[in-house]
Amino acid sequence: MARSVTTQRKIINTAAAWTVGMLIFFPILWTVLTSFKTEATAIADPPVFLAFDWTLENYSTVMERSDYMRFLWNSVIIAGGSTLLGIIIAVPAAWSMAFVPSKRTKDILLWMLSTKMLPAVGVLYPIYLIFIKMGLLDTRTGLVIVLMLMNLPIIVWMLYTYFKEIPGEILEAARMDGASLKEEILYVLTPMAIPGIASTLLLNFILAWNEAFWTLNLTAAKAAPLTAFIASYSSPEGLFYAKLSAASTMAIAPILILGWFSQKQLVSGLTFGAVK
Amino acid sequence: MSPIRSLCAASVLAMVTAGGAFAETTVTIATVNNGDMIRMQGLADEFTAQNPDVTLEWVTLEENVLRQRVTQDIAAKGGSFDVMTIGTYEVPIWGNQGWLVSLNDMPAEWDADDLLPAIRDGLTVDGELYAAPFYGESSMVMYRTDLMEKAGLEMPEAPTWDFIKEAAAGMTDKENEIYGICLRGKAGWGENMAFLTAMSNSFGARWFDENWQPELNGEEWTTAVNFYMDLMNNYGPPGASTNGFNENLSLFQQGKCGMWIDATVAASFVTNPNDSTVADKVGFALAPDNGLGRRGNWLWAWSLAIPAGSDATDAAKKFIQWATSKEYTALVASKEGWANVPPGTRTSLYENAEYKAAAPFAEMTLGSINAADPTNPSIKPVPYTGVQFVAIPEFAGIATQVGQEISAALAGQQSVEEALEKAQALTADEMEAAGY
Repeated sequence: MARSVTTQRKIINTAAAWTVGMLIFFPILWTVLTSFKTEATAIADPPVFLAFDWTLENYSTVMERSDYMRFLWNSVIIAGGSTLLGIIIAVPAAWSMAFVPSKRTKDILLWMLSTKMLPAVGVLYPIYLIFIKMGLLDTRTGLVIVLMLMNLPIIVWMLYTYFKEIPGEILEAARMDGASLKEEILYVLTPMAIPGIASTLLLNFILAWNEAFWTLNLTAAKAAPLTAFIASYSSPEGLFYAKLSAASTMAIAPILILGWFSQKQLVSGLTFGAVK
Repeated sequence: MSPIRSLCAASVLAMVTAGGAFAETTVTIATVNNGDMIRMQGLADEFTAQNPDVTLEWVTLEENVLRQRVTQDIAAKGGSFDVMTIGTYEVPIWGNQGWLVSLNDMPAEWDADDLLPAIRDGLTVDGELYAAPFYGESSMVMYRTDLMEKAGLEMPEAPTWDFIKEAAAGMTDKENEIYGICLRGKAGWGENMAFLTAMSNSFGARWFDENWQPELNGEEWTTAVNFYMDLMNNYGPPGASTNGFNENLSLFQQGKCGMWIDATVAASFVTNPNDSTVADKVGFALAPDNGLGRRGNWLWAWSLAIPAGSDATDAAKKFIQWATSKEYTALVASKEGWANVPPGTRTSLYENAEYKAAAPFAEMTLGSINAADPTNPSIKPVPYTGVQFVAIPEFAGIATQVGQEISAALAGQQSVEEALEKAQALTADEMEAAGY
């Protein structure tokens, strides 16, 4: 029998959810507010919340100084390319582990995850040298490959978890109806796992979009994405918080908009299989 | 030769020549985000108009990221950059390792003899100039004239550390959140250790003796660091162990510091009425001394250098020549006024009456730069070059750890003596491991 929820409890739960939500969202809100302040107001003590002279000066300075569209385009290509390539490789891998597991499947999954346990800086120099040899330094292709490899274990794990929730009997039935392996994956498994694949796509797109270690270390002028755009506004000598906030807001805006419109898929994907 | 064959030959020659003339060379420039560099980027169209065969590409990075990126690229011969913005710390080390292209063959009209001797010396290794200074800086005392007057004191042009302490005591009004002195406390070789190394020089301290033995637990260092702690604990702002350049700049601009000893470049920020609430109440003085013959000021020059692996050396040299020339200074002056020209690199700038009229801190900057001697920074002889650093590759790592110990002492987690003993031990270990 479903438990009845009292109004008081509802209010408490809602208030708690809003408090936690605001706590998480506050740094982003503060960044956006700071981007509309002058440099002097940005460092004012005590800090000014809303009662300041709003200005768009920081945005016009940033637009004038940097080629925002070039950085944005690089981010789109790198994040999109690495995510798509990752999915293409991970779907068959996750299918085989979920539906035709061997006795080593668990070990393989753990081994894949273990590659995430090494700090990225530990392999920076070898990868840098390989990139020089292969002419991949400061290219979008190079970053697509590296970010795909970095995120591949997470993609495989996520897809494996979703695929495990799909009854094997359905695939078996398709096979008995004469479906080939390709048809089984493309026309039976994939449509059933759409929420899971969509949330995996989105999450990995966000991870690749925000990735700052490899994108800063393996790029120079040509392939630099929005993370490099933000980094260029930090200054050792002089005030920069307002302009840095404007650059950050411009860098996170596309991904925030994407997240806002796809939040339904993201939530349904992340909670997929949570309730049986 | 028949007329037709002559025509063909001429056409081929014309095509080849035209191809050569329009063959584009791309120069990738790695730089930091500060006012003078951004201004250079904005004016770079003037260079490309004069050199249509050269395309400039800019990579602007945060100082520490830039240092790591260019070190990595130059060591691995990645060839990502053709011009790099580096400081006086890197130039002697990288020059010694053969990582930089010599600039001794710059054309006569560039006038290398016009460079300020202290700055030029800091960028020269065994007679080879490895970088061209874009702007130079030292450190000096910036103080609030109104608070000084209220305290009944008058700042001498060349104060002593004892006077600084007396003035800090007189200006401190903690109830009204006014602190007599603001100094760097944030750990880092370019943060608190830059200040403390320069300050300790004036107390007779040195990092190493002539045999590369560290002297951090010696009497001079102990006296200097105790003096610093005394100033900071009694007259400094709360939480000073996390304050670097920008934090102190912000405190000073909000009227919370009586004095601030830091980079000369800060003068233009604290006197800018758009950002500073005390713009019209700021005075300047030379960095303090202890009567021992050395002042506690440093020397730094952001400079442009060419990595040895660059495949656009000629175009890169052309660019460096343009960006560090007297003509560039005149260009900035014509577009944005004399107060905005990059300071601290050329003698001719300080002989220019228009510049001196527009920049009231010009004489003090020149005096501070001339007072620094990178080859002879302290009172006793040293085996290294560098005023606020030791120009060896190991220094950045060692000084950052030492800076953490001193920052911990400032935060009250240990005594000065404990911090310096630990600093001595870790420095001795690192130097031994490095083969000194």
